[in-house]
Amino acid sequence: MLVLTGPARRPEPGMLRYIVQRLIYMVIVLWLISIATFIIIQLPPGDYLSSVIERLESAGGNVSDEIIEGLRLRYGLDLPIHLRYFNWFSSVLQGNYGFSYTWQQPVRDIIGERLVLTFAIALLSAIVTYAVAIPIGIYSATHQYSVGDYVVSFIGFIGMAVPNFMLALVMMYVAFRFFGHNLSGLFSPEFIDQPWSLAKVGDLVKHLIIPVVVVGTAGTAGMIRVLRGTLLDELNKQYVITARSKGVSETTLLFKYPVRLALNPIVSGLASLFPALVSGGVITAIVLSLPTVGPMLLKALIAQDTFLTATLLMFITVMTVFGTTVSDVLLVVLDPRIRMDRGVA
Amino acid sequence: MSAQAAIRQEERDESYYLASQWQLMWRKFRRHRLALVGMSIIAVLYFIALFPEFLSTSDYQLRHSGYAKAPPHTIYFLDDDGVFHFPPFVYEMKQTLDMETLQRIYNEERDQRYPLRFFTRGDPWKILGLIETDIHLVNVDKPGVVFFFGTDEFGRDMFSRTMQAARISLSIGFIGVVISFVLGCLIGGISGYYGGIIDVFIQRVIEFLISIPHIPLWIALAAALPANWSSTQVYFGITIILSILSWPNLARIVRGKLLELREADFVMAARISNMNDFDIIVKHLLPSFASFLIVALSLSVPFMIISETALSFLQIGIRPPAVSWGVLLQGAQNIRALSQSPWLLIPGIFVIITVLSFNYVGDALRDAADPYKQ
Repeated sequence: MLVLTGPARRPEPGMLRYIVQRLIYMVIVLWLISIATFIIIQLPPGDYLSSVIERLESAGGNVSDEIIEGLRLRYGLDLPIHLRYFNWFSSVLQGNYGFSYTWQQPVRDIIGERLVLTFAIALLSAIVTYAVAIPIGIYSATHQYSVGDYVVSFIGFIGMAVPNFMLALVMMYVAFRFFGHNLSGLFSPEFIDQPWSLAKVGDLVKHLIIPVVVVGTAGTAGMIRVLRGTLLDELNKQYVITARSKGVSETTLLFKYPVRLALNPIVSGLASLFPALVSGGVITAIVLSLPTVGPMLLKALIAQDTFLTATLLMFITVMTVFGTTVSDVLLVVLDPRIRMDRGVA
Repeated sequence: MSAQAAIRQEERDESYYLASQWQLMWRKFRRHRLALVGMSIIAVLYFIALFPEFLSTSDYQLRHSGYAKAPPHTIYFLDDDGVFHFPPFVYEMKQTLDMETLQRIYNEERDQRYPLRFFTRGDPWKILGLIETDIHLVNVDKPGVVFFFGTDEFGRDMFSRTMQAARISLSIGFIGVVISFVLGCLIGGISGYYGGIIDVFIQRVIEFLISIPHIPLWIALAAALPANWSSTQVYFGITIILSILSWPNLARIVRGKLLELREADFVMAARISNMNDFDIIVKHLLPSFASFLIVALSLSVPFMIISETALSFLQIGIRPPAVSWGVLLQGAQNIRALSQSPWLLIPGIFVIITVLSFNYVGDALRDAADPYKQ
């Protein structure tokens, strides 16, 4: 990347300290998330045990007090709340997330694939967002008030105004109406139980276009506007005029400093972009019935499947926190001014 | 330039230096044509939200039998003989069943015309729930019916429903913003004014709230609303849920500005005159950056409207029989419904127009509030 050109830098001690600080902070946030998750598990009226007993009774069995007492002991429900939290937390650390009674399977077995897909869509959308937003933002700023600029700004505004799910609906409608594809789900019916092949990959890509475009659009619109704004500010500065008067070519003039400076807010935007992409992905996936965590979370919430709900929320949040941390660290590596500002150097 | 014009020019120049901050803002704001258009659209939308019954052509709950999934009526000015009519008219719609696909097909009966009547009498309604009246903006004579936006699967008029839904969709943005405004100012104010350990704590909480992806959390909170709540309770529940996650941004702005301003001389003066902290924050500090607050607010209204729409669309927001634009969009949830009756997406167009208008206005306000931009 442009910003990294120049003599190779050795990480300074200040920067290392900042990164360590950031990681410690991340651990604290993750711990807070675990508490929030635990509270969500405890929130619904009645505990896990009463639903177990209900199911045993509805199955026709007569549940005696002794059995209930035994179950209470086994699940540790008579312990004070902080000990229960500790028990739950240690089992989570061991990869045991409880049992989903709507799926009749351990939570661990059903979420893995969906988490991977969710992450893949968020990552792809992020790449698409940057790939589209940066060139357009630069064009828009260098051709201020041109027709192209107006068109881009207008599309950008529309992109922010259209709710994600509606864009997904409209695109699905267009694809169905004019191209005859039913693009909901991840694979066309004929590929679902097939082994992997080139045709199947092609089918997957076709189905991923809509979610990636839909999830990426909102972020792209915002990013174009930020980039255009900052770049316009930079282009009016003295150093640009000086460089131009010295005969530096317009391209060098543009890319050497102003663009590099204007990219900073974009990189720091990554921190808020990632939660937005995950959020957008949830609703889009529900509309398009993609096998990501979105539809699963909604179903689990409505069915009050507490362990599944809590685990999904926890993973979504953890994913976001990781994304935010990475972007913060990236920003410090890229922009020396931030090291100074935060009193790190 | 004539002498008079020169004097007028001079007066104008003079008035620039005499203008108050708000007058300057208004001048700059006026230059954004699109923002002025947006402002008018917002005014019209809130008029709809206040008087939806006035615009409705029928009761929004009424199921018109024989008109399920009817397409929007076409409004004609010219009849088949090419004769111009004013007011325009619609043709009667007749339902037939396609025996092959078992779908309803609607045809226009060319011999039965219903002219649109303006300011006509119809179902009684109450202005703001107080004064009874039966005037409606436009309708056709009975037994005719007119569906500007078509009907849903139960034969309910989408136009009247869209008008009615504006009330909840638009007010939720408004009330939600008021709540998050109060929370944001209060918490951000405390954080910025006192600083120190309180500030560090509040900032960490805010960072935590911002780092959680909003929609999953909203879904979680909204799904936790008890199923036996009434529509009104759910409405307030959803409003509060939406505000919970939108105050942190405002609190950040308030804090940043307060940190900047609390060392200012006028604050010191107030403190020396024995003014208490709360009054200093509310009477001196907040007004001094009110313009920034207004910008932040105008940009967070559309955000709330979109969020409400999304929640209701997922059937965990506003619950029927109450209607919001999101509730109406539930009808367009799958590809089959959408390909049969695409007009069910019309409420979504209202969402987009609303959000666009707010964004343009907010953007122009931001430019106008920036004192360094001429």
